[in-house]
Amino acid sequence: MSAPAPSRRALLWARRRAAWGEFARTYAQNRAGLFGLAALAAAALTALCAPLFIDAGELAVTGGPGGRFEPPSGEFWLGTDAFGRSVLAMVLWGARISLTVGFLAAFVSVALGTVIGIIAGHFGGWPSDVLMRVTDWFLVLPSLVVAVALAAVLERSTLTIIVAIGVTAWPATARVVRAQTLSVEARPFIERARALGGGHLHVMKRHVLPNVMPVVLAQTTLLVAEAIVMESTLSFLGLGDPSTISWGGILQDARSAGAISSGIWWYMVPPGLAIALVALSFTLCGRALEGVFNPRLRERR
Amino acid sequence: MTAELQRSAPQDGPEGAADGARAQGEPLLSASGLSVEFTGRGGRGTARAVDGVDLDLHAGEILALVGESGCGKTTLARTLLGLERPTAGRVLFEGRPLAYGARALKGYRHRVQLVQQDPAGSLNPRHTVYDAVAEGLRIHEGATADEERRVADALSRAGLRPPERFYLRYPHELSGGQRQRVVIAGALVLEPEALVADEPVASLDASVRGEILRLLLDLRADLGLSALVVTHDLGMAWNIADRVAVMYLGRVVEAGPVEEVLAEPRHPYTQALMSVLPESGAQEPQVLAGEPPDPTRIPGGCRFHARCPVLASGEAERAGVADACRTQDPGVLSGSGPARVACHYAALGRAGD
Repeated sequence: MSAPAPSRRALLWARRRAAWGEFARTYAQNRAGLFGLAALAAAALTALCAPLFIDAGELAVTGGPGGRFEPPSGEFWLGTDAFGRSVLAMVLWGARISLTVGFLAAFVSVALGTVIGIIAGHFGGWPSDVLMRVTDWFLVLPSLVVAVALAAVLERSTLTIIVAIGVTAWPATARVVRAQTLSVEARPFIERARALGGGHLHVMKRHVLPNVMPVVLAQTTLLVAEAIVMESTLSFLGLGDPSTISWGGILQDARSAGAISSGIWWYMVPPGLAIALVALSFTLCGRALEGVFNPRLRERR
Repeated sequence: MTAELQRSAPQDGPEGAADGARAQGEPLLSASGLSVEFTGRGGRGTARAVDGVDLDLHAGEILALVGESGCGKTTLARTLLGLERPTAGRVLFEGRPLAYGARALKGYRHRVQLVQQDPAGSLNPRHTVYDAVAEGLRIHEGATADEERRVADALSRAGLRPPERFYLRYPHELSGGQRQRVVIAGALVLEPEALVADEPVASLDASVRGEILRLLLDLRADLGLSALVVTHDLGMAWNIADRVAVMYLGRVVEAGPVEEVLAEPRHPYTQALMSVLPESGAQEPQVLAGEPPDPTRIPGGCRFHARCPVLASGEAERAGVADACRTQDPGVLSGSGPARVACHYAALGRAGD
């Protein structure tokens, strides 16, 4: 590609920019989606920048700068915990683990669900039956129990939590992707690809995947919310990595310190609110994306 | 229809019909005793979509396959491409039976290409024109250095000039005729020997139809491309085809050179189809009664007898073939050669000539 190549690439980029502009405009029409996006950006920024304004040493059990259970004050806006650590600092720091686990676990489960869904939808027949029965089996298993069992059996680490969530959360994605695959496979361009000599892999990769991607993206944002809640649940049940600070872990510490009966609300409420807020933002973003990717809206373009 | 149905076990293969075939060299692509059956879910009824067809496509020839909707034209076309497996009979390419292994099929699909009915649906909405045309090249040859030249070449052959202007368009930005040209370019880029076009202009405007048909004729003249054109439009068959095969309920009922078959149709079915063409100049349009029968319940005897105007008017009775019409299958027509017809009454007329 010599002479015309640069202009072709430039054109392609111009087209992509235009497509993104269109996408952004459609998304911006959804107020709730914008709010979710803003909240997420704030949470992500906090997680990334936390080490800049929080001294990790002050988060160690032995390094708490304040007294035991100090109520909110000018110095500690959200009070302190049993070891004199600032609850605000802990909640901000906890965003790091919660978001990491949320994203990675959602990625694992979406990848698994997408691959299984596309294979089941593409091949049909008995492979589809087998895969869908396995999916159903995972779907009816209480995912929390499975995750607890997995987290208990495997060694205690953040990776274990990610695997436990990823392995239990994929069936819904597989179902949705399979349904979408079936509808894409019925369209004539799949037959054209086959008549051109394209094999299974070609059809799945070049034709089915790009056309199920919108659904997958929307599904991912919804799953991140689920994964964050699940991570908090596992940590709250004491199955998280004890050496890290996460929102579920803070709640667990608060419970075992008797915060409920002693009325130490500042220890319980902030991490709970943080979980609710981030999960809500992801859900709002997912709903907004689903609206943008709605096939009927897209066909009109 | 076909998506709902499953393939059934092979049934009785049809007997080959002996007919004086004009020596024309080996056909490029042919069907021999081809049958395709679909079984309804739960084994309810077997639909004989294609029920014993012999058909030859010679190099550099345009063959039109005409018939009403639901007569099995599209199934036959798909079977010729290996997209559907025959329950009986064979597809032959250059005299060799088509192999259904993945590698053999891929090689075959390098040489025979499909053009579908609906150009809007046959292009992936997320692929640019360039990607759509280059797809075949990438499948068969991977990334090649001269890819862009060959894509440009195919696009301009298909009448999209200058080709660079179309590279980055998406299908939804093109008109119906342009889309069909992109599909044709995507087929041409592999330099195929034969093209199977399933109703290539059915969904296009009358003004664009002529252009696409012109294009098919030009391609035949320039590249020596053979084409099987499936259509329900006899006027179109008349305009572009060398030979025509008329299909009714899964079987070819009349076939031969287009001038002979369409100028002097001998099968009552072809006569009825011709009589409703405005330009045919027929005195009285003859509208056939009823729908074509359900392919799960093909009538015995001549499959057309229930709707046959010749039988209904009592003319067959007078000629003494009415019993044969109701009870005897007129048999399968051979794939090539002079005009032939599967009709007891018409066979009588020929004998009396």
